[in-house]
Amino acid sequence: MGPHEGLGLEITELRLGLPGGSGGGGGEKKRVFSGGGKNGNMDLVVGWPPVCLYKKNNICHVTKMYVKVSMDGAPFLRKVDLSCFKGYSELGMGLEKLFGCSGIGEAMKEESESCEYTAIYEDKDGDWMLVGDVPWLMFTETCKRLRIKRRSYANGSRLHGTNT
Amino acid sequence: MGFPEEVLEHVFSFITSHTDRNVVSLVCKSWYEIERWCRRRIFVGNCYAVSPAMMIRRFPEVRSVELKGKPHFADFNLVPDGWGGYFYPWICEMARAYPWLEEIKLKRMVVTDDNLELISKSFKNFKVLVLSSCEGFSTHGLAAIAANCRNLRELDLRESEVEDLSGHWLSHFPDSCTSLQSLNMSCLSSEVSFSALQRLIARSPNLKTLRLNRAVPLEKLSTLLRRAPQLVELGTGAYSAEIRPDVYANLTEAFSRCKEVKGLSGFWDVLPSYLPAIYSVCSRLTSLNLSYATIQSPDVTKIITQCPNLQSLSVLDYIEDTGLNALSLSCKDLRELRVFPSDPFVANANVSLTEQGLVAVSEGCSKLQSVLYFCRQMSNSALTTIAKNRPNLTCFRLCILEPRAPDYLTFEPLDVGFGAIVEHCKQLQRLSLSGLLTDRVFEYIGKWAKKLEMLSIAFAGDSDLGLHHVLSGCDSLRKLEIRDCPFGDKALLANVSKLETMRSLWMSSCSVSLGACKRLSQKMPRLNVEVIDEQGDLDSRPDNCHVEKLYIYRTVAGPRFDMPSFIRTMDQNPTYRS
Repeated sequence: MGPHEGLGLEITELRLGLPGGSGGGGGEKKRVFSGGGKNGNMDLVVGWPPVCLYKKNNICHVTKMYVKVSMDGAPFLRKVDLSCFKGYSELGMGLEKLFGCSGIGEAMKEESESCEYTAIYEDKDGDWMLVGDVPWLMFTETCKRLRIKRRSYANGSRLHGTNT
Repeated sequence: MGFPEEVLEHVFSFITSHTDRNVVSLVCKSWYEIERWCRRRIFVGNCYAVSPAMMIRRFPEVRSVELKGKPHFADFNLVPDGWGGYFYPWICEMARAYPWLEEIKLKRMVVTDDNLELISKSFKNFKVLVLSSCEGFSTHGLAAIAANCRNLRELDLRESEVEDLSGHWLSHFPDSCTSLQSLNMSCLSSEVSFSALQRLIARSPNLKTLRLNRAVPLEKLSTLLRRAPQLVELGTGAYSAEIRPDVYANLTEAFSRCKEVKGLSGFWDVLPSYLPAIYSVCSRLTSLNLSYATIQSPDVTKIITQCPNLQSLSVLDYIEDTGLNALSLSCKDLRELRVFPSDPFVANANVSLTEQGLVAVSEGCSKLQSVLYFCRQMSNSALTTIAKNRPNLTCFRLCILEPRAPDYLTFEPLDVGFGAIVEHCKQLQRLSLSGLLTDRVFEYIGKWAKKLEMLSIAFAGDSDLGLHHVLSGCDSLRKLEIRDCPFGDKALLANVSKLETMRSLWMSSCSVSLGACKRLSQKMPRLNVEVIDEQGDLDSRPDNCHVEKLYIYRTVAGPRFDMPSFIRTMDQNPTYRS
């Protein structure tokens, strides 16, 4: 290899990243590192930053926690990464963006009669639970799938063993 | 030297460091003989540098063996699966030759369940098993150790990758086993039987170190602590539970009874409301590992400001500059600081942690010797300040997350800053570089870093001159690991004899040609020059092609034969090619 790219070019190369962020709420644009691979691909650099594999796997923040979300009346299920959110209100906002409606966030904070939605989740034991009761981190560990129920749909529906 | 053998042996028994014993053995033939018969502890830094048979032939009465396998960069996924580092040949020979073996300590090696079973059945007085970053075994192997090692004192699985089939292994410790002093199962994911764990702890009066795994719930921690008030090192399991006053009260009370606790770790999934339960032990803490605790700066700060005797802290970058500032004011005895990135794969800062935090600690903590710091920006002036503040640094590992990031204030390379580190810190033994660096930084390193033993380089340098400076200047260099640097044939071939004075050299994604590897191997018969190339078909490659990865190490055992097809040892003598 001869003399290398000038300073400016390297910096420019590193500024280009993958567009968008991860699925679901978040909303922030996240850049990932590129090594400016040999073909000019913006590949993730293997083994960089040098964080032990063991550490990577054990910091819950880095583990992806994708769960399915169904909403009454929506034709398709979506998936969200729970590790993107820091708490229930962020999750609520994320879901509102995903399904293009408001009020889900409120449903998680209060059990008010006036809320149009009820958010429930299936936990590790297979039980359907109301979202918002347990600490956030505990929720992310035990939540297997989410369901947003509309008041108008909720009447008469069985919560246990409900499948989309 | 007219002393009788017994006297010399007695004198030698006070000499414990490996280097000192090696020196003793070189004094004369009779000292060599006496020394080899009374050597009890062996450390082999590279398991391929010597064969088990050679070790056993020279040292017949060994009680403790420590081996290291894979290169350090295996921690970062750079060493392909199947590379090697098998414990098998060692345990086969040792099982026959060392019936009185008491300790086995392995790092980055491949250990199987059969190996573990062989350990458990071969050594009647087996006491200590440490498996650090090892892999290849399952909880079945652990069950054999638990069941058969009657005098087991220490079982430490730190950071190993274990095939976790069930938590049942722990129940294999017989009721008669009361010798346990140290148990580290933090890397396991399965839940063990709580009652078995409880009973094991209750019948181990000498238990000093207990590192639980994440699956041990917080609600049950107080029950365990009450049975082990003599603990010195504790690793909690998951540190969150439903908020219940009785759980909190029990936990607080249990911690307050632990008058001997000096070290805490664990803290997965921390719920901040439960943190005050540990406050009663804080004043005695010398070691605190919060590197899995995703808690924000105020909560971290509240803890560390209560730990005036802290010597070692591992923490996530959630601590931020404010927390590090508090650390510098509260913890005047700090020797070691490790700050890990909470979100390493994102370029934008998610936390307010900059070079200022490290500068503050370097100012306030006069005993600081060892630093591992991940951050997103650095400047030459900060590095120079740190170097002048802390000339007593022995280990400085800086990782600026973005490769080739320049000084964020001046946009210059960080050569001058790292130069200041090596110039002022004359006892520096370990250094990891990052950021934008030219050949100049290596000039400084070659000139000043005379005590440097281990150097890690990534995305740095301009030419072979950089590598040449290091190889020709660093008198104490033992381990050199390099990735993604424009270093090629010239520097290597100009410094061949240096390589025999080192344990090993790793180079990946550099510019070394296959031909140079062959020439190096021919010149240096006591080096193994191993080329790793997963693209296949090494035999048909032209000599001028660049090798993917290169691992060179000195050895008296000749080339190894346990490699996968994509690794080749370069021929030492082409006339004997089959």
